[in-house]
Amino acid sequence: MAWTSQVVAVTALNLRTVPQRVGPSLVVVIGIAGVVGVLVSVLAMSEGFRHTLASTGRPDRVVLLRQGSDSELSSSVTRDQATLLATLPGIARDDTGRPLATAELMVMVDLPRRGETDPNNVPFRGVQPAAFAVREELALVEGRRFARGVREVIVGRKAARQFAGLDVGSRIAFRDSDWTVVGIFATGGDVHESEIWADAEVAMSAFRRTGFQSMTAALADASDAGLAGLRGAIDRDPRFSITVLREPEYYARQAKVLAGLIDVLGYTVSVFMAIGATFGALNCMYSAIASRQTEIATLRAIGFGGAPVVVSVMIEALLLALLGGVVGGALGYVYCDGASLSTLNFSTFSQVAFDFRVTPALLAQGLGWALLIGAAGGLMPAVRAARLPVTVALRAG
Amino acid sequence: MRYLPLLWAGLFRRKTRTALTLASVLIAFLLFGLLQAVELAFESGADTADARRLLTTARYSIIEPLPMAYLRRIEQVPGVVGVAFADWFGARYQNESNAFPVFAVDPARYLDMYPEFTIAPDQREAFARTRTGAVAGVRLVERYGWRIGQKLPIASEIHAKSDGSMAWEFDLVGVLDADDPAVRGNTDVVLVNVAHFDEARQFGKGKTGWYIVRIADPAQARVIAAEIDRRFMNSPDETKTQPEKEFAIGFARQIGDMGALVTRILAAVFFTILILTGNTMAQSIRERIPELAILKTLGFSDGKVTALVLAEAVLLLVIGAVLGLTGATAVLPVVNGSTGGRFPPLFVGTGIWLVGLAIAVALAVAVGLPPALRARRLRIVEALGGHR
Repeated sequence: MAWTSQVVAVTALNLRTVPQRVGPSLVVVIGIAGVVGVLVSVLAMSEGFRHTLASTGRPDRVVLLRQGSDSELSSSVTRDQATLLATLPGIARDDTGRPLATAELMVMVDLPRRGETDPNNVPFRGVQPAAFAVREELALVEGRRFARGVREVIVGRKAARQFAGLDVGSRIAFRDSDWTVVGIFATGGDVHESEIWADAEVAMSAFRRTGFQSMTAALADASDAGLAGLRGAIDRDPRFSITVLREPEYYARQAKVLAGLIDVLGYTVSVFMAIGATFGALNCMYSAIASRQTEIATLRAIGFGGAPVVVSVMIEALLLALLGGVVGGALGYVYCDGASLSTLNFSTFSQVAFDFRVTPALLAQGLGWALLIGAAGGLMPAVRAARLPVTVALRAG
Repeated sequence: MRYLPLLWAGLFRRKTRTALTLASVLIAFLLFGLLQAVELAFESGADTADARRLLTTARYSIIEPLPMAYLRRIEQVPGVVGVAFADWFGARYQNESNAFPVFAVDPARYLDMYPEFTIAPDQREAFARTRTGAVAGVRLVERYGWRIGQKLPIASEIHAKSDGSMAWEFDLVGVLDADDPAVRGNTDVVLVNVAHFDEARQFGKGKTGWYIVRIADPAQARVIAAEIDRRFMNSPDETKTQPEKEFAIGFARQIGDMGALVTRILAAVFFTILILTGNTMAQSIRERIPELAILKTLGFSDGKVTALVLAEAVLLLVIGAVLGLTGATAVLPVVNGSTGGRFPPLFVGTGIWLVGLAIAVALAVAVGLPPALRARRLRIVEALGGHR
C-alpha cells in the first residue's frame, strides 16, 4: 500500500503545480484537441455517407439490374422484361394480387445547389405506382403525391434542402418540359431523400426513354432460399440477363469507394497531426519535470521510489490528454454532427446528400487516440525524471 | 548573416526542446504540402484547361447522348477551327467498375484537339488505321503492365455488342504521354477507335457523348458557344456549350467544396503549431532574460535585440517548413507510383512552396512578436538584478 500512497502523493504534487505551468499544459490540451477534432469531423463525414447508403433498403427487398451493371445508371431493363419479371412467383404481391415490384428509370438532371449556379447531377427517378407500396418507409412531409400521367414531382427531403428551386409549388424546367413540385418526402434519411421522383410513364416520354433501368421488388420469401429461388427462375429464363441483389448489399457497395477515400484522408491527416501533437506533449512534459526536478529529487532523497515518479508523470500526461480528447471530441460534435453536405458519388455518378454523424464509437476512438498521444508524450519524460540521479537534480535546482 | 551563429546558439540552447518544436513544425508543413497537392489535383482540370477549347454537352444532363451528325453542323459555325467528340464507354476491367475512363473517339480528330498529349507518330497512325485500335495513358500502361500489340479485354457496363455481349476487345496500338506533369494525369484514359465501336454496338449507333470544339480566338468563346447552342435550339437534342475551364470547375464543384475542407483542416493544424511554437518561444525568451540584458549592456540597441528574437522565430519556422515541404516533395513520387491511374498525379509545385514559406514567415511573426516586444521593453538593471 506504501507504493500507491507514494503514487498519490507525487501525483497530487504534480497536479497542484499544473496551474503554474498553464502555458505548456494548455499546449498539450490544444494539440490533442486539434487531432481529435479533425479525426472526429472527417470520419463523421464518411460515417454519415456510409450510413446514408447502408440504411437504404431492406433485406426483404431486391434490386434487379442488367447483368454486369453495378449501378442503375449503366443498367437497362426493357419494358417486356419488366412485365415478365414482376409476375415471377418469387416476388411478393399485395392484398389485391398485384405484384410488389416497381420498374424504374433513372436520369440525371442538372440543378444548382442553393445559392450557386453550377449544375449538379441530381438523380431523377421515374417510379411505377407500386413504388409506394414497395417502399413503405416513404412518408410525405409536405404536400401530396404526384398524380399519374401529369408532369409533377415529389422531392426527397435532403435534395430539397441542398438544391435550388425544389420547394413545394415551384416549377422546374428539364428537357422540353416544366415540372411542378407537389410534395416533399422522407424515407428515414436514406439515399432516396437525395432524389426527385415522378411517374415512370411521364418521365419516360419526357426524357424520351424506351425502357427502364432497374426494378425494385419485395421478396415473397425473404430467406436465402427464397432469393435463390428467384435467382434460379431468372437465370433459367433465356429472355433475361439480370442480376438480383438484396437492397442493402446493392447500396452498401455504392458507398465503398467514396467512404474509403474519405477514411484514408481522415486517418492520414490525423496520423500526421498526432505525431506533431506527440512532440508537443513531449516538450511540455519535459519542461514540466525540468521545473520540478528539485521537488522530485527531494522526494527520492527521503525514500520515494522511482516507479511512483514514473506513474505520476504518466498520470499527469494522460489527464491532460484526456482533457484534450474531450475538448476535441466536443468541438467535432458541436460543429459537425448533423451538418449536411452533398457530394458526387463516383460509383453512381450522382449527387448524394448526407449528414455528418458523430457516433459514440467515433468519440471513443478519438479519446483512444488522445490517450495514446498522452502516453507516448509522457513516457520518456517520466522515465528521465525517475532516472535522474538525486544529487545531480538537487544541485541543478 | 553576421548574427547567424548567435541565432543558432540561441535556437539550440535547449536541444531537445528545439528539436521537438522543429519536428512538429516539420510535420505541419509536410501535411500542408500533401494536402495542397491533393487540392491542386482536384483543380488541375481547370488549371490545364485550354482557353481555345469549348465543350458541347446535352443541355439538360451531361450523360444524355448527342447525335454524331452534329459534328458537321458545329464545324460550320464561324470561328470554329476543329471539332472532336468522345463517348463514355463505362469500362469494367478485371471486374473493377470504372477502373479507368474509356472514351470512344475519332483518333485523328481527338488527338489534334489535345496537342498537349504526346504520342509517337507511327502509333498515332496505327491508331487511326486500326478500327479496333486503342491507345492508353502511360501511367495505366505501367500499372497494368500492358504491351503494345496486345489485346485489351475491357467490358462495358453500358454498351452491348450486337450479339448482346458486354465484353469488348481492342488492340493496344499506342501509348499516350504528356510533357507537363500537371497534364499527365489527364492521360489516365484509354481511347478506343469509334469506328469499330459504333459499328459493333447494339444500341445508340450514330450517337456520341460530347463534343470538344476548338476556336481560333478565346475572346470569342462566349459568342461562339451561344451560336452553337442557338443552332440546336428547339431540336430534340438541345446543347449546352461552355469553355473547357468552366466545365472543369463546374464538375469539380459537384464533388463539393474540397478546397474549403482542406483549408479547415490546415487551419486546425497551423493553429496548433502556432500555440506550440508560441509557447516554446515564450519559454525560451523567459529563460534568457539575463542573456538578453547582457546583449543590451554590450551595446545592442533595443531594435536589434527585438530583431534577433524575431529572426530566431523565423529561422525555426522556415527550417521546419523547408524540411516539411522537402519531405512532401520527396514522398509524393512514391505515392504516385502506387496509385498510377487511379488518382491524378500529385506533386508539390513552386506555388505550394511559395505559399508554404509565406505561411512560415507569417506564423513566425505571430509567435515571435510577443517575446520580441518583451525583449525590447527589457530594462537592463531590472533584468540583471531581478533574475536569479
